[in-house]
Parts: sequence; C-alpha cells; structure tokens
Amino acid sequence: MNIVVLVKQVPDTWSERKLTDADHTLDRESADAVLDEINERAVEEALKLQEAHGGEVTVLAMGPDRATEAIRKALSMGADKAIHVSDAALHGSDVLATAKVLAKAIGTVEGVDLVIAGNEATDGRAGAIPAILAELLGLPQVTQVRKVEIDGTTVKAERETEEGVAFLEATLPAVVSVTEKINEPRYPSFKGIMAAKKKKVDTLSVADLGLDPAEVGLTGAWSSVLEAAPKPPRSAGQRVEDDGNGGAQIAEYLVGQKLI
Amino acid sequence: MPAERVLPSTEAEDLLSLVREIARDELAPKAAEAEEQGLFPRDAFRLLGRSGLLGLPYPEEIGGGGLPYEVYLQVLEELAAAWLTVAEGLSVHVMSCYPLARYGADEQRDRWLGDMLGGELLGAYALSEPHAGSDPASMTTRATRDGADYVVNGTKAWITHAGVADFYTLMARTSDDGGNGISCLLVDGGTEGVSAAPRERTMGLTGSTVAQLRFQGARVAAERRVAQEGAGLKIALSALDSGRLGIAACAVGLAQAALDESVRYAKQRKQFGKSIIDFQGVEFLLADMAAGVESARATYLEAARRRDRGLPFRRQAAIAKLVATDTAMKVTTDAVQVLGGAGYTRDFPVERYMREAKVLQIFEGTNQIQRLVIGRELRR
Repeated sequence: MNIVVLVKQVPDTWSERKLTDADHTLDRESADAVLDEINERAVEEALKLQEAHGGEVTVLAMGPDRATEAIRKALSMGADKAIHVSDAALHGSDVLATAKVLAKAIGTVEGVDLVIAGNEATDGRAGAIPAILAELLGLPQVTQVRKVEIDGTTVKAERETEEGVAFLEATLPAVVSVTEKINEPRYPSFKGIMAAKKKKVDTLSVADLGLDPAEVGLTGAWSSVLEAAPKPPRSAGQRVEDDGNGGAQIAEYLVGQKLI
Repeated sequence: MPAERVLPSTEAEDLLSLVREIARDELAPKAAEAEEQGLFPRDAFRLLGRSGLLGLPYPEEIGGGGLPYEVYLQVLEELAAAWLTVAEGLSVHVMSCYPLARYGADEQRDRWLGDMLGGELLGAYALSEPHAGSDPASMTTRATRDGADYVVNGTKAWITHAGVADFYTLMARTSDDGGNGISCLLVDGGTEGVSAAPRERTMGLTGSTVAQLRFQGARVAAERRVAQEGAGLKIALSALDSGRLGIAACAVGLAQAALDESVRYAKQRKQFGKSIIDFQGVEFLLADMAAGVESARATYLEAARRRDRGLPFRRQAAIAKLVATDTAMKVTTDAVQVLGGAGYTRDFPVERYMREAKVLQIFEGTNQIQRLVIGRELRR
C-alpha cells in the first residue's frame, strides 16, 4: 500500500498573515511558516493505513526552499521519504498549475495506491486541488472525508458536507481528501526528528518534471489578482438590551444581515 | 514575542519547534486551572515521555537523546514559559537519573536506565531532610545493611514528586562518617515501607507535589546502590551542579513568560489616551525586564557550553542559578507592577508567576548557598 501525501507549508494561523504589495501573492516573510494542520491529519491517516496495510508513505510538497521545514515535520511524524518540488518559476502558481506539477511529481513515485490530501489549505482555501489532481491523473476522487478504510483494492470512505454524510467507495488507486474530523495527528517524537534527517528527500525542478515554465507560476495563471486590501477592522457591535423581546430583536438583526 | 534562539543544528531547531507546539497546545491552556486546583499533571509527563523528552541530555548509548545541555536547557526554558510545574518536574526527573547514568555500573544501567530515560517513568530526588537542608552532610536517614538488602528508616523533606514518582534517587546514611558516610540508592516507587506525607501547602508550584517522604523499614536490594558506599554526597553535589542549570533555565522561561505577558498588556492597555507602553516609565521597566531575561539566558548558556565541552562549570552553574532566579523574582514582580491592579488578580497569570519565582531562589541550593559555592571557587 504505497501512499503519497500532499503537504503544504502555510503561514501559521497564530501569526498575522499578509499579501505582498508587489504581486499580491503570500508574503512568506511576514509570518511563521508551519506544516498546515490539515496536512498533519493527512499524514496521520497515511501512517495509520500504513500501520494496517504496510507499504511506503511519501510526502510531496511544492514550495520554496523553506518548505523543507514542513517536509521534515511530516518525515519526523513517520513518513518514509519525500519529494520537494522547488523552482522560482512556480511563484504565484494557481490551482491548475499546482495540480499539474503535483500530478507530474506523483508520476515519479512507483506503484501509488492512494493519494491523500487535506480538503483545503488554510492559506489559499481554494479546496480544488484534490479534485483537479484526480482529474489529471484519471483517478477516482473521494473528497471531504471524515473516515477512510481500505478493503482489498477498494477504498471506503464517509464524506461529510453541509448536506449530510455520503458513504463512498472507489477502486484503488484513488485520490482522497480529508477533513478536520478524520483524526487527531500525533506529535513527532525526538527519535522521529533524529530519524527524519536521514530520510530521502528528492528535490525536483519544473524542468525535471518535463513541464514548460510558462505553464506555471504567475505567467501561467488563468486569473490574476489586480488589487488586494486587508479586511477592514471589526466595527463596534450592536448592543441589544433585553426588555423581554431580546430574542425577537436578535432575530430581526440576523434577518437584516441576511444571516437567517 | 518568543525568545529568539541561535541553535546548533537543524534537529535542535525541529526539537524546539516541537516543544513550543506541545507547550502552546497541551501545557499552557491547562496550567492556570491545574495550579489553582492543585492537580498534578501526570499526563503531561507521559506526553513528554512519549515524545522522547525525558532523557534528552544523556548519551544515546544508554537510552538518552544525546543532546548537549545547551539544547536541553532551552527545551526546559520553553516548557517553563508555558508551565513551570512541568519544567521543574522534568528538571528534577533528569537530575534524578544523573547518579545512575553517570556513576552506575553497566549492568545497573542496562537494567534500569532505559525505562528512566526513554520511557514514561517519573523520578524524584531525595536528598533534603527536615533538619538537613543547606547542610546535607547532617542527614540522619539511615540505610542499614541486612543480608542482600539495605533497610531504610528516616524522613526526607521537600521531595518534588513524593508519592507520584516511579523511582526515588535516595541519599541515605550507611555509616556515621559524616559526609563520607552517605550512599546513593535507587528506590522503586512501589517499595513497601516508602510513603509520602500529605502535600506541603506551598505558595506557588501548587500543581506540583512536594511532600515529606517516609522510609519505615523499607527494604532496598543492595544491588540498587549506585557506586560504592560513602560516595553518595559527592554524587549528590555533582548532580546538583547540573540540576542548578536546569533551575536557571526554568527561571529564564518563567521570566520570559512574565515579560511577554507584560508587553502584551502594556500595548493594549490605554491611559491618558495612549497605550501605557508609550509612557517611558513603563517602557523602561519593560526594557530592564528584557535586559534581565536575555542576560540571564546568556549566563546559563555559557555555563551549559562549558559543561558540554567537559570543562569545569561548578562556579558558572552557581552563578547562572543565582542570576537567573534573582532575575525571575525581579521580572515577575515588575510584571505585576506593569499590569497594576489586574496583575494582582488571579485573572491574569503574573501574580502566579511571582509566587512561583520565589521558590526558585530557595531550592536546588538557596541563593545564599550559591554565593557560598561561588566564593569557595574564588578562594581556591
């Protein structure tokens, strides 16, 4: 059971996050960078499946040099090896370009049975990569799942959305994306940290993957950001005194805001 | 703003990241309530054990993490900034492993040390007695040889983890030859005749268990004695040199937490139309606190680097303990001042930090004893 886990380094949600003034891409210098929490859950799920079914867990990240920190964290949790796609040409890639790169990189791993991703990253929040990737790889997509099981060559999963829970099955290989409910990720151990430094990390460029640099990055993006402004600071709230009809006043307020 | 560290390796950086994550997510949120209610955080130590953090500064060959003190102490410091009871407990545990790790026979180390350093066991260090504090050579707890065992009788005092420890590193009298009549025994926590008195009602570190430990005819196999009879006091004092560095690191962590809380508050608290950090009276107070914290850190790191290089470090360890704990007392007191009335309430952590700081000037050798050690080293 060979599993590829997609991981991404994102700005820590505990720190202030900004876009650069120059090209409205993420200002990676302004915030601490961490392995996205949803990816920790994806790695955890891969490790659990590996414990049950054997095989190898490969983590795959696309990002600047600094993303090695996020990769090391996944390796210190217990993943076996890693692929790091790092290339200045990738700066500003949109979801389509990112998925293309990831698909090519997954192609370099032999005998992949399962690709596991988080359902969406905490920075871009497009939530589209798993689906696009499945399409590009020609694999079934089992997204937004809170539970995964492998039964022979079948993956069974519970997909939870606002509409309810769906029970899905697909034949391996497949692409799975997980939600926050999937598990509680383990902490790395000190032993894991020491072991991680000996694990293999392949660093690949866009050219290594046989892609044209013009297809990726800001130049290859299908859309461009023309303007960006920080969210206005929160305005003062509206206070409701409860003179017996507080509930009704709150309801009116919510209706006024089109929230109910 | 977290401490900015220069670490010697990528692994050390990754380790500190892990420790900060555990401190932020698992320790800090629970500290205030557990301290208020006097709940000992045994689970926190299990988590540290699972994460491989209970034996960091010991060689890998004997089951430790193989880390220099320079890194281990910064781990302690980060834990102390989140929850002093846990950091101090780890420091005590690490010290309680020291006699066996440093002076034990290979066979003894093979048998017991693995679980102490690499497992989830928790240790305690039993040296002080009600009437033998700064003068440990006057101890009266006695271990009398009886066949293949020692029979231990007496009372130890101020024992961190009394009643909850899995093992006690005990110093007891095996002859009446003063400081040369003391031996070191590794006592299993479940030994019959070993019991803890009710916890002391302390001013701070209220989540930790500190109590007298009673030995009433407790039988300890002679094979559990570390080094030869009579070597106990020398071992104990040598362990304390390293233990003092641990307390110095804990003190810096506590002071850093008090500084961070003060800066956060001073930025947000407004009087006379501006943040109080913009008044020089407050700004200078904060600047002095920061200067204290950073120089105390530099002082313990220098002592640690000497230890890591195998150089003598007794004087530097005593200086680090003295400087860091006096700094922690001053910085936490000033933190209460910066927060004003709020700082005096239990809704903010700084009054707790101030109570916790006090004991750092007392245990692991009072700061008067540190001066005595420094003076003795100067006279040599």
